[in-house]
Amino acid sequence: MNDTSPLVQIRDLSVTYKTRLGDTSAVDKVSFDIRHGEILGLVGESGCGKSTLGKALLRMIMPPGRISAGQILFNGEDILTFDDKRLRDYRGRQASMIFQDPMTSLNPVQTVEQHLVEAIQVHEAQTQTPDATGRIKTLLERLGIMQSRLASYPHQLSGGMRQRVMIGLGLVLNAGLIIADEATTSLDVIVEAKLVDQLREIRDEFGVSILAITHNIALVAEMADRVAVMYAGNLVELGEVSRIFDRPLHPYTQGLLASVPTTEINERKELYKMPGEPPNLARPPSGCRFHPRCPAAMSICSRHRPGLNEAAPGHWVHCWLYQDHPEKEEKTLKVAA
Amino acid sequence: MSASLRKFIITRILLTIPMVLILITLVFIIMRILPGDPIRSQLGPRVTEAQADVLRERLGLNRPLIVQYGDFLVEMITFDFGNALTQGERPIKDELAEKLPATIELSIPAVIFMAVLGVWSGAYAAKNRKKPVDYIFRLLSIAVYSIPIFVMGLLFQILFSVRLPVFPLAGRMDTVMLVSFDSPTNFYVIDAIITGNWPALGSALAHLALPAFTLGLALTGVFVRLTRVNMIEMLQSDFITAGRARGIPERRLVYKHALRNTFIPILTLIGLQFAALMAGAVLTETTFSWPGIGRYLVERIELRDYTAVQSTIGVFAMFVAGISLIMDILYAFIDPRIRY
Ligand SMILES: Nc1ncnc2c1ncn2[C@@H]1O[C@H](COP(=O)(O)OP(=O)(O)O)[C@@H](O)[C@H]1O
Ligand SMILES: [Mg+2]
Repeated sequence: MNDTSPLVQIRDLSVTYKTRLGDTSAVDKVSFDIRHGEILGLVGESGCGKSTLGKALLRMIMPPGRISAGQILFNGEDILTFDDKRLRDYRGRQASMIFQDPMTSLNPVQTVEQHLVEAIQVHEAQTQTPDATGRIKTLLERLGIMQSRLASYPHQLSGGMRQRVMIGLGLVLNAGLIIADEATTSLDVIVEAKLVDQLREIRDEFGVSILAITHNIALVAEMADRVAVMYAGNLVELGEVSRIFDRPLHPYTQGLLASVPTTEINERKELYKMPGEPPNLARPPSGCRFHPRCPAAMSICSRHRPGLNEAAPGHWVHCWLYQDHPEKEEKTLKVAA
Repeated sequence: MSASLRKFIITRILLTIPMVLILITLVFIIMRILPGDPIRSQLGPRVTEAQADVLRERLGLNRPLIVQYGDFLVEMITFDFGNALTQGERPIKDELAEKLPATIELSIPAVIFMAVLGVWSGAYAAKNRKKPVDYIFRLLSIAVYSIPIFVMGLLFQILFSVRLPVFPLAGRMDTVMLVSFDSPTNFYVIDAIITGNWPALGSALAHLALPAFTLGLALTGVFVRLTRVNMIEMLQSDFITAGRARGIPERRLVYKHALRNTFIPILTLIGLQFAALMAGAVLTETTFSWPGIGRYLVERIELRDYTAVQSTIGVFAMFVAGISLIMDILYAFIDPRIRY
């Protein structure tokens, strides 16, 4: 694999959950790439399918959910075709995940060292414990975790430290992708800021790709290189952080950015409040899922789902405002007339 | 052993002292508020007041309560309980030294059987939740739980000693062998081994099989259910999901990660089960004519043997306190959160 081809290619990925109300379309025909060594922020209101997408990337969707369509190519291989053995190998060696709650994501009866040694040994049966310990020590040094922490149990560590251990568990086998699902959300602000810095350092040092899932768009501005914005199971916009923040194209992204409070005291402004509520994904709106709440909605928006359109180099948007359709002219003309 | 673990164990042992004191005090109080005069019930309705006074004097029941309480404490601490009132009036200490080992010898294999079978089937059912094997295990666990022990015991006796004469019907050893059997500890299995008496060992084990199996199986039902419920909860916890995301094999997640954490509530139940075990032992010992402490207690209650009953219950209370101590220490070994 050369470095210009993306690490992960997600193609028309759909995930549905069977519920009493019918199938919930939690992720709907989402396509985007994760490049080598980038931090890609994935943002959107809670319930829009971010975690579902993250789990799908590790094939961790459990019943009643399932990946109902699409492809996930990792280094060109479709992970949806992996058998159990290959899948186990993929999880841990190629991709790994950090979860929201650091208090519960480590085994309470194992020390940090036992976690790390186990992670190595389940994937490399031939590695002897002393060798594993050697590697772990080097890794901890690079992560800035003190050696004395190896003997600690999870309950003896702070939240930030636990998340670093989780990161270490992701890196100990040189995985190329780390999915961090709200990994900093439960930490207090100062610890959160530190961990964000650290994630960037880790990316620089280890060259891993990080998919940073968060509902906090301000955090993405600080941490990510590119941003993917999701709304109600759909990808709505994708681009460089600077582009998205300076010139958001999708009305949803515009609304999202306008509703972020600023820290400038003098600039205290009325925050934008998006009208309406996110839809129930068991009965998503027709066409563009955002149209019932969209200030710029046209008649075509409720009838056809907009395709992905590269509005500027590297800046992609799913929105009828930026693309043509035979029915679009017709209807807008009629409305105008 | 880490310093913190040692500290925990020492603290826990020291805490056992007030716990035993409370238990003994409870036994003392209960024996005195229970309806029925021990003297009257022992001597029958037609004794003279003078005769009753003689016995009262002998039992120390004429002395102030606080003195009686002090005496009882001393008895319990020194294991010198005086003589029984009935059945040859032997020292109670000797009688207990004979009966208690029989019960322990029956209980240990029963508890091991219960723990191994119960934990394994509970974990297996949890792993295969909502599959046929799960439903079968759950049904079986309800069944063994709801069948009374003596019915189950009787059933096994009919099946395995009468119809298919594989195991002996009752007792701890063949009577013929018992005559020449040398038993220093009263644990027949241990005695047979240390004296190198192999036929006796075979006989002791054969006699042990059915009652231990019955008692163990009766206790297993609750255990399967408890393990299953806790395992299901544990398997949904974040650290299992995180482990799965790291590619840790499912078997390892179930039997190592989840099960080890499930042991914490399970140990508590094993400790509590010892109390249930005693109740079960009474029934099992009666069904299989097993000369243990359960049968002894029933017998002496029927004979209104005041001193024997009070001492036996006191010893039993101390036994439960000891078990609870052992469980807590095991706990600390398993769960690092407890010892800090
Ligand atoms: N196990 C599940 N069963 C049924 N529906 C689910 C399940 N998990 C998530 N969903 C639904 O999928 C949608 C997306 O959820 P999620 O991926 O957790 O969103 P986010 O991480 O963005 O908050 C929500 O509508 C949620 O109700
Ligand atoms: Mg989420």
